[in-house]
Amino acid sequence: MDLRVPEQEKAFRDEVRTFLEESLTPEIREAGRLVTSVFAPVKEAMAWQRILNDKGWAAPHWPKEFGGTGWSVSQRAIFAEELVRAETPPLVPMGLHMCGPCLIGCGTEEQQQEYLPKILNGEHFWCQGYSEPGSGSDLASLKTFADKDGDDYILNGTKIWTTYAHYANKMFALVRTNRDGKPQQGITFLLLDMDLPGITIEPIVGLDEVPEQCQVFFDNVRVPQKNRVGAENDGWTVAKYLLTFERGGQEYAPGLNVMLEKIRLMAEKQQTAFGPLNKDPVWKHKFAALEADVLALEFTEMRIKSALSAGKDPGALSSMTKILGTELLQKVTELRIETLGSQSVIWQPQALVPGEEQPVIGPEYALTAMPHYLNSRACSIYGGSNEVQRGIIAKAVLGL
Amino acid sequence: MNFQLSEEQQMLADSAKRFVRDNSDVETHRRNKKLMPLDAATWQQFADLGWLAVPFEEEHGGLGMGPLETMVLLEALGEGLIMAPYIATVVLGGGFLRQASAAQQAETIPALLEGKLQVAFAAEEYERVFTLENTAMVADLKGNEAILNGTKSCVMNGDQADLLVVLARTAGKPGDQDGLSLFLVDVNAPGVERVPHRTVDGRQGAEIRFNQVKVAEAARIGALHGGYAIARQVLHEGLLALSAESVGSLSVLLNETVEYSKTRKQFGMPIGKFQVLQFRMADMFIAMEQTRSLLLAATLKTVEGHDDAAMAVHAMKAQLGRAGRNIAQEAIQIHGGMGMTDELGVGHYVKRVTGVDGLFGNADVHLMAIARSA
Repeated sequence: MDLRVPEQEKAFRDEVRTFLEESLTPEIREAGRLVTSVFAPVKEAMAWQRILNDKGWAAPHWPKEFGGTGWSVSQRAIFAEELVRAETPPLVPMGLHMCGPCLIGCGTEEQQQEYLPKILNGEHFWCQGYSEPGSGSDLASLKTFADKDGDDYILNGTKIWTTYAHYANKMFALVRTNRDGKPQQGITFLLLDMDLPGITIEPIVGLDEVPEQCQVFFDNVRVPQKNRVGAENDGWTVAKYLLTFERGGQEYAPGLNVMLEKIRLMAEKQQTAFGPLNKDPVWKHKFAALEADVLALEFTEMRIKSALSAGKDPGALSSMTKILGTELLQKVTELRIETLGSQSVIWQPQALVPGEEQPVIGPEYALTAMPHYLNSRACSIYGGSNEVQRGIIAKAVLGL
Repeated sequence: MNFQLSEEQQMLADSAKRFVRDNSDVETHRRNKKLMPLDAATWQQFADLGWLAVPFEEEHGGLGMGPLETMVLLEALGEGLIMAPYIATVVLGGGFLRQASAAQQAETIPALLEGKLQVAFAAEEYERVFTLENTAMVADLKGNEAILNGTKSCVMNGDQADLLVVLARTAGKPGDQDGLSLFLVDVNAPGVERVPHRTVDGRQGAEIRFNQVKVAEAARIGALHGGYAIARQVLHEGLLALSAESVGSLSVLLNETVEYSKTRKQFGMPIGKFQVLQFRMADMFIAMEQTRSLLLAATLKTVEGHDDAAMAVHAMKAQLGRAGRNIAQEAIQIHGGMGMTDELGVGHYVKRVTGVDGLFGNADVHLMAIARSA
């Protein structure tokens, strides 16, 4: 057991840094600085994805034969760290991190050939049709029906919390193909076009006043059966496979470390009557607790990566990192608004739109704090609420 | 000891609750996505109902009431998320004007009572953790005049105010209680520049810049260098009002969450039947009641002039910050995705409670004030 970094990995880190330095445009950098969500501004995120794809680096986590990089697990970690450190806007995950890996694991060769290249180059913008108004944590109770008609399915129902559906041209969805038996056994995984007749999209405005989520309605929407992934009524298996990626595929510690460092710099600038805030014992205590938590998470994530590189399935461990990562993100964004006091109360969402050149009122570093704090409350709800994740650990790990 | 409302207080509470029933402001919050002018009709209604007169002496045309009545009124307004700038103009502004000279009072209080004068307390500054004594902005003394230079940040109601109460340093250094002075400044005075902005809670404020703004001696409130004691008393009354309003908002967050958990079904039953959520809602309830207790403690101790009144005010604002954070976060979590939407009222209450913690010193600042005085 050791933490030594091999020489070739140091060289790799330099290579990544040089590439980022040379290829990040001012617009993409600005969008990265203005991020207040796990979802970055779309235009700049997609521009960045195209640049990465030209280099062959859009999907390092994919197998090489499908367009991945063939990097080792630690190279991938270095790459992810450097992206975060350079404050690049996160890539939109629905294609690269959800649908893509799912098709690689469960799709037919034809589906892989049709969709994977277009996920990489951004031609297809995917959204995820899982939750429904009545089916959130209890996802298996979903009621968007797909009835067979000739070579097609006919869809009726509605999906909600469909991130960026209003930008998407494709959706992967869970639909009900069998009304009988256990709820999990009648679900099918379908791919569909967003411009099909009968689809209506209604954006949902969030607490940060951004329409990030949508509700999507299906009124007799005709989808070819060949768009099914996996067997009919076996979509739950496909979905579970995908959810493991959604929950465990992300690394939180590198981003949290960057945020903490920035908060420390902010605290240095805030004056109390007794000196700068970063010397205040109460503030220091809170900051230290978070630093310790993030260091622990960093090593928890490394242990999982190390198991992955040994070919093991992280399984329920992805629930652990989802809980830890999202709740620490929430605490870090909370410490940031507390560090900024009333400066975080100023509300100027228009200044968060890249390219708007809206003058910022108050310190520029305070701009993203409140929208990010509010937006991050969603992290413990989406991707399987943290209550669901704790349930998985209790059941699958502890055997309760 | 008696925690019952008097007949008069009960009437005030009833009239406020009736107003809230007819005017709950969640819809307005949802619509307001840009800077809006003052809702003059609502403000006129406040004047007509006599609410603007609550904390003023009868000799000034007021009702001669105090923090207890303000508490009763504000708690009801908080339940309705009413955005009218009552605390800025009546509680803080009025509080300062009650300490002003007879000439200043004659010029301002009648207009305020009629609903024709808006006031704002310009206290906070960028990159300075708020306490009164941490004020750095300087007023230079030249003859009988003071000359203000500097910037005040996040001035609540600063965008609508006609009159500013500015806290500035005429002597000493940040950290000193001595050397602070209070000035009444007309927003149209030469050298005053306002940058209006929205605030997270759907309200509005302004950054206010002072560039060589000349203030006559007659426009000072209280003694030169002696503004701290007045500012502290008025600020504490403002904090009491802010907390009363927030207790009203927290009670709505708790109730809405409990009601939602009874109707939202997952896994074949209302989610409120899951013990994990029951325990958390029980904790929300406890946090809420503890906040209400400190609100009563701080208000009663202030009204009766107890020695530890200031300590109780700090404890209350700290509790409000911590309980508010907990209740707001749990309200969203238990509402799930719906709690994250602009559509539901919950999020708007969450944003108000979150904003309130950030104003006039957050929970940490007020805990530190207690710790340092011990």
